[in-house]
Amino acid sequence: MSNIQTQSAEKPQFYLEEDHHPEGSTNLGFWLYLMSDCLIFATLFATYAVLGRNYAAGPAPADLFDLKLVAINTAMLLFSSITYGFAMLQMERGAKQETLFWLAVTGLFGLAFLGIELYEFHHMIHEGATPQRSAFLSAFFTLVGTHGLHVTFGIIWLVTLMVQVSKHGLIAENRRRLMCLSMFWHFLDVVWIGVFSVVYLMGVVG
Amino acid sequence: MFSNPDLLKFIFGRLTLESIPYHEPILVATFAAVALGGIALCAFITYMKWWGPLWNDWITSIDHKKIGIMYIILAIVMLLRGFSDAIMMRIQQAIAFNGSEGYLPPHHYDQVFTAHGVIMIFFVAMPFVTGFMNFVVPLQIGARDVSFPFLNNFSFWMTTAGAIIVMISLFVGEFARTGWLAYPPLSGVEYSPGVGVDYYIWGLQVAGVGTTLSGINLIATIVKMRAPGMSFMKMPVFTWTSLCTNILIVATFPILTATLVLLSLDRYVGTNFFTNDLGGNPMMYINLIWIWGHPEVYILILPAFGIFSEVVATFSGKRLFGYASMVYATCAIMILSYLVWLHHFFTMGSGASVNAFFGITTMIISIPTGAKIFNWLFTIYRGRVRYEVPMLWTIGFMVTFVIGGMTGVMLAVPPADFVLHNSLFLIAHFHNVIIGGVLFGLMAGVTYWYPKAFGYKLDPFWGKMSFWFWFIGFYFAFMPLYVLGLMGITRRMSQFDDPSLQIWFVIAAIGAGMIAIGILSFIIQLVVSYIKREELKDETGDPWHGRTLEWSTSSPPPEYNFAFTPVVHDHDSWYDMKNRGYARPLQGFKPIHMPKNTGTGAILAALNIALAFGLIWYMWWLVVVSFVAIIAVAIGHTFNYKRDYYIPAETVSTEEGKRTELLAKQV
Repeated sequence: MSNIQTQSAEKPQFYLEEDHHPEGSTNLGFWLYLMSDCLIFATLFATYAVLGRNYAAGPAPADLFDLKLVAINTAMLLFSSITYGFAMLQMERGAKQETLFWLAVTGLFGLAFLGIELYEFHHMIHEGATPQRSAFLSAFFTLVGTHGLHVTFGIIWLVTLMVQVSKHGLIAENRRRLMCLSMFWHFLDVVWIGVFSVVYLMGVVG
Repeated sequence: MFSNPDLLKFIFGRLTLESIPYHEPILVATFAAVALGGIALCAFITYMKWWGPLWNDWITSIDHKKIGIMYIILAIVMLLRGFSDAIMMRIQQAIAFNGSEGYLPPHHYDQVFTAHGVIMIFFVAMPFVTGFMNFVVPLQIGARDVSFPFLNNFSFWMTTAGAIIVMISLFVGEFARTGWLAYPPLSGVEYSPGVGVDYYIWGLQVAGVGTTLSGINLIATIVKMRAPGMSFMKMPVFTWTSLCTNILIVATFPILTATLVLLSLDRYVGTNFFTNDLGGNPMMYINLIWIWGHPEVYILILPAFGIFSEVVATFSGKRLFGYASMVYATCAIMILSYLVWLHHFFTMGSGASVNAFFGITTMIISIPTGAKIFNWLFTIYRGRVRYEVPMLWTIGFMVTFVIGGMTGVMLAVPPADFVLHNSLFLIAHFHNVIIGGVLFGLMAGVTYWYPKAFGYKLDPFWGKMSFWFWFIGFYFAFMPLYVLGLMGITRRMSQFDDPSLQIWFVIAAIGAGMIAIGILSFIIQLVVSYIKREELKDETGDPWHGRTLEWSTSSPPPEYNFAFTPVVHDHDSWYDMKNRGYARPLQGFKPIHMPKNTGTGAILAALNIALAFGLIWYMWWLVVVSFVAIIAVAIGHTFNYKRDYYIPAETVSTEEGKRTELLAKQV
C-alpha cells in the first residue's frame, strides 16, 4: 500500500487507477466454517460432559469400550492425516499422479476407520447398549456418530476432488479445494483426539 | 390402488386428509385469501412476461444488492404474517373475560403465540438485518461484492426455504404449541406427538444453515475486502456493528443447530437427552438454547445501533461523537452477550452465587449501551439537525429504548426476577427493546437507504404517519403489559377470570390497532413513493449529504458498485472526499471482473423444503430422494469451473457516462 498518500498537504489520492484485487478470502472463510463446526462439536462435548455419567442403571464406559480396538481405530485416522500430508507435498511439487495416489490411500484409511467404528456401534447395539438405553449412550452415539458422519462426508468430498483433479489437473481451483479438504481432514483428526481422550480414555481409566 | 393402507402410508407417511385444517374457518379464509392472492400474482407476472427476468435477474442473482433487497422483501412479507398473529392474540385477550373463551380455542391460540415469536425473530428481524448488512456493507467498504457471492444467494434461499416450511404448517398440519423456544419436555414426543414441533425444528434448521453461512460470508467480506486505506478503525460504524453481529452469528448459530439436532434425535430416534427418564436432563436444553438465544438478541440490536449511528451523524451534519468508544462499546457488548444467558432462567434454582454472577454481568451490559446513548446525544448536541424521517425513528428509539433498558436492569436483579419471571412484564420488556430498538432501527434504515437502493426517496408524509402510529401505538400496546406484569399476570394465557384486568388488555388491543395503521402507512408509503418516483428522484446518489462510501456511487449503484476502487483516508470517507476536492474519474475505465449468476442456490433450497417436508410427515422415500438430490446438485455445482466474467470497459464507460450527465444537471 505504499502508493497511497495519506493525509498530506497535496490533493490526496481517492481512487486506484489500476485494478484492485483483494486477497483471496477462501482460507479465512474456510477457517470460520471450521470454527463454527467446532462449536457443534463443543456443544456435543458439553452435552456428553453433563450427561455422560447418567447410566440409568445401564452399561457404563468400562463395560463397553475396547481400548485396543479404539487404539487401532485412532491409528487409522492419524495415518490418514499423515498420508493426506504426503498428498499435499506432492501437490506442491505439481505431481498429479502421486497426489492422487496419496489421496486414495487417505480415503482407504478413512474407510477403515469408519468400518471399525460401525463394527463397534453394531457390537454395542447388539449387546443392548442402544442410543435409547440411557442419556450417557445417547450422548455417546451422537458425539461419536457426528464425527463419523463428518468423516463420511470427507470421503465423499475426497472422491469428488480426486475426479476433479484427474479431469482438470492441479489447477489453482483444485489446489485451493485440496487445501480446504486438508484443513477439514486434520480438523476431524483433532476432534477425534478430543473424543478419544474424553470419551474413551477418561471413560475407561478415569 | 387407494384401498391399500400400507401403500398410502408409504407414500404419505402420517399425512392424511384430516391433517388439512378445513374445519377451522379462520384458516380456510386465510388459505382462500393466500391462494387467490398467489394466483393473481402469478397471473400478473405471466401477463407482464416477468418470469424470465424474475429468474435471470433476481432468483439466480448473486449481486449482493439484489440479495439484500430480497432479504428485506422476505422480512416485510413475514412481518405481515407475524403481525396478524399478534393482533389475533391481542383481540383474543381483550375479549376472553367473564367466562367467554374468546374466538381462539387454546390449541389454536398456543400455535399463534409460538408462530408469532418464531416468525418475528427468525423470519422478520433476522432477514431484515441480514438484508441491510448484505446491501450496505460491501458499498460501505468500497467492495464490488461479498467474498462468496454464490454462498450469499444460497444463504438467502435457505432462509426463505425455512420461512416457507413454517408457512406450510399453517395449511398442512399444525405448528408447535410450545412457545418460541420449544422447551422440553413439552416439546418432546410424549407431550407434542404431532407435526408442530417438527415443523418448528426443520424450519429453523434450514434457515439456520443460511444464517450461519451468511455470517461466515460477511465476516470474510469485512476482513478481506475493504478498500485500500480502510483500516479497522476507519470502518463505518454500521460495518463495525455488522462485523460484531456476524461474529456472534458464527459463534452461536452452530449451538442452536446442535441443540435442535439433539431435540430431534429425542423425537425421532428415542434418545434421552432432554427426557424426564433414563438420565435425560431438560435443563440442559434450556441452557443450550439460551447460550444461543441471548447473543441472538444482540445479533439483532447491534446492526440497529449501527444504523442509528449512521443516521445520527448524517442528519446532525457532524462526525459521530466518540467513534472509538462506539467501536469498543460494540465489541464489549459482543463479548458480554455471551456471559449472561442464565438470566433467562434465574428461577431454575442454580443457587445464589450463580444467579448473582449472571445478574451482575447482565447489569454490566447496560454500561457500554449507555455509553452509546450518550455518544448519540452528544452527536446531536450542537449539530445542525435535520428532522427527516430516519431521524424521527432515531429520536423515538432513544426515548423508548432507554425505558426498555431500565426495565431490563430491573429483570436482571435475581430476587426481582423471581417475581417478574414469565409475567407480562417480561413480554413488555422485550417488546420494548425489540420494537423500540431493532424495529425502529430497521425502519430508520429503510428510509435512509431506500433512495440508494431504488433511486428515489420515500414519501416523507406517509413515513411520518407510519412513525407516529408505530411510536404511540407501541406505548398503548405495551405499557399496559408492564402494569399487568407487575400485578402478576403470566404470559401465554388465552383467557382470564378477573374482570378488573380487562381494561388493560383492551388498551393494549387499541395499541396493536394503532401499530396496524403504522404498518399500513408504511405500505401506502411504498406505493405512493413509487407513484411519485419522478418527483422524489435522487439523481445525485447522495440525497442526505451522507458521509460514508455508499453515497459516492449512483442511486441505484451500478452492478459493479465502483468503477474504480476507492482509497480511504478517514472513517467518514465520502465526507472527506467531498471536502478535499475529490474529482470523479471520467475516463480510463477497465473491464471489471464479476461473478456469474447461478440457479444452484434456489434449487438446493427447494430440495431442502422437500427434505424437511418428508422428515416432518415421515415420508421416508421423499427424504431419501431429496437428500440424494441435494448431494448430487451440490457436487454437480463444484464441477462448474467457469463462474465469472468481465463487464467490458465500454459498458462501464456508458454507465458512468450516464451518471456524469445526471450529475451535470445538478449544477
